[in-house]
Amino acid sequence: MTAISADRVARVFVEVADTLVDEFDLIEFFHMLTDRIADMLDESPVGLLIADQRGRLAFTAASDESVELLELFQAQAQEGPCLDAFRQGQPVVNEDLRAAAGRWPVFAPRAVAAGFRSVHAFPLRLRTERIGVLNVFSASVGGRLDGGDIQVIQALADVASIGLLQERAIRRGEILTEQLQGALNSRIIIEQAKGAVAQARGIGVDEAFELIRQYSRRNNVGLVDTARGLVTDPSVLAGFLAG
Amino acid sequence: MDDYVTRVYALIAAEPVADRGPAGLSATMRRLCTAVGRAVDAHGVGMTVMAPDGVRGMSAASDPATERLEDLQLTLGEGPCIDAFERRVPVLVPNLADEMARWPVYAPEVHAGGIRAVFAFPLQTGGARLGVLDVFRGEPGSLSNEALALCLTFADAAVASLLDGEEHRHPTAADDGLGDSLGVNTVLFQAQGMVMVQLKVPLAEAMARIRARAYAENRPLTEIAADVVARRLSFDQDRQ
Repeated sequence: MTAISADRVARVFVEVADTLVDEFDLIEFFHMLTDRIADMLDESPVGLLIADQRGRLAFTAASDESVELLELFQAQAQEGPCLDAFRQGQPVVNEDLRAAAGRWPVFAPRAVAAGFRSVHAFPLRLRTERIGVLNVFSASVGGRLDGGDIQVIQALADVASIGLLQERAIRRGEILTEQLQGALNSRIIIEQAKGAVAQARGIGVDEAFELIRQYSRRNNVGLVDTARGLVTDPSVLAGFLAG
Repeated sequence: MDDYVTRVYALIAAEPVADRGPAGLSATMRRLCTAVGRAVDAHGVGMTVMAPDGVRGMSAASDPATERLEDLQLTLGEGPCIDAFERRVPVLVPNLADEMARWPVYAPEVHAGGIRAVFAFPLQTGGARLGVLDVFRGEPGSLSNEALALCLTFADAAVASLLDGEEHRHPTAADDGLGDSLGVNTVLFQAQGMVMVQLKVPLAEAMARIRARAYAENRPLTEIAADVVARRLSFDQDRQ
């Protein structure tokens, strides 16, 4: 892979820092982060898992929400590069998936079957605090990240973590817990909305997610707010289906 | 299986059933409250079931004094419980004395009653909101990570209990789907949205129907959900 261009990196850092200044919805922030990193890495799928209060990793946001990828992100609550990176507090990079069946007997074969050749995981952490993990899949052997790419992505993960944890320092320790719990519930709302739209339209959940995303952009309403409307207010669902 | 889920169901099972007072949902709720109180060393624990518009349904508490605190928020229309319900996030207040301006009527009154810390947990699964669980302590200070994890797990167990109502009063950790990680449950959440549309009912009712079906057929929730998402099973075709 060619090194990520400097001006692209600079723009993403500014955007991340800027988002973290004001009131923001954590899950929207995570979506933005995964989208931008995927852009920088020529559309490699990027996902984000956060640790819930019980210490389990839970999928929260991704640049690509296909069923296949969701399963790969989710499988790592039990085993995989995300769990390793989270536990060690260190990035796991350039793991050759075809040679990793011993290390991750469930995850690695599934990822290979999905067409991926290598995988990377970057912890979201600051000193001893650990929030979650950023996960990148590459489809080809040529999709290896070089040293510079790794530093850029870990730095982005660090900036995001510092932003989130800084709020905790300025205000109180409980704020981040409240926000992370809110993000986990928002994720559930998105899945419920996918199901509702898939049923109402007779389509798959992947396609349903795309429709929800498009609708949310068209109406300039956040993804979570849109999804919440769809599952709590029948008139919103009716409007969505009519639109 | 998740350790906290196993522990919480064991704690609920070990909680004595009151030999006086009415049985039914309010007794189940009160029992949950006393179990939470014992587990996280609280001064009192309250639970309020709310309609989606935030209008009060019913409340229960570990003791009469806490029941008055629970009622107070609803009467005043302010407090951590109201905020947790409206914002759909836990509202954690380790030092009530710092939050007098946030709840100008509620906070001083509760503080005068000897409460120093309040932790409110929404009873919810995604878009379905059922109420709030409130933990009151007489000393300021944050909940430990362990106590926080226990409270969140108790809140999940309360949601399961409220959905099941009188039909299935004693769910166990194994059959409530909580033992799986959130990830595995993605299919369950999608199925909830699908059944909501199939039956044209609110989300919470769709969740209750899926659970009832799992009990009736003695199959895991996740299996029923997978059938729904794969369209091998539809709830609207077999309405009785």
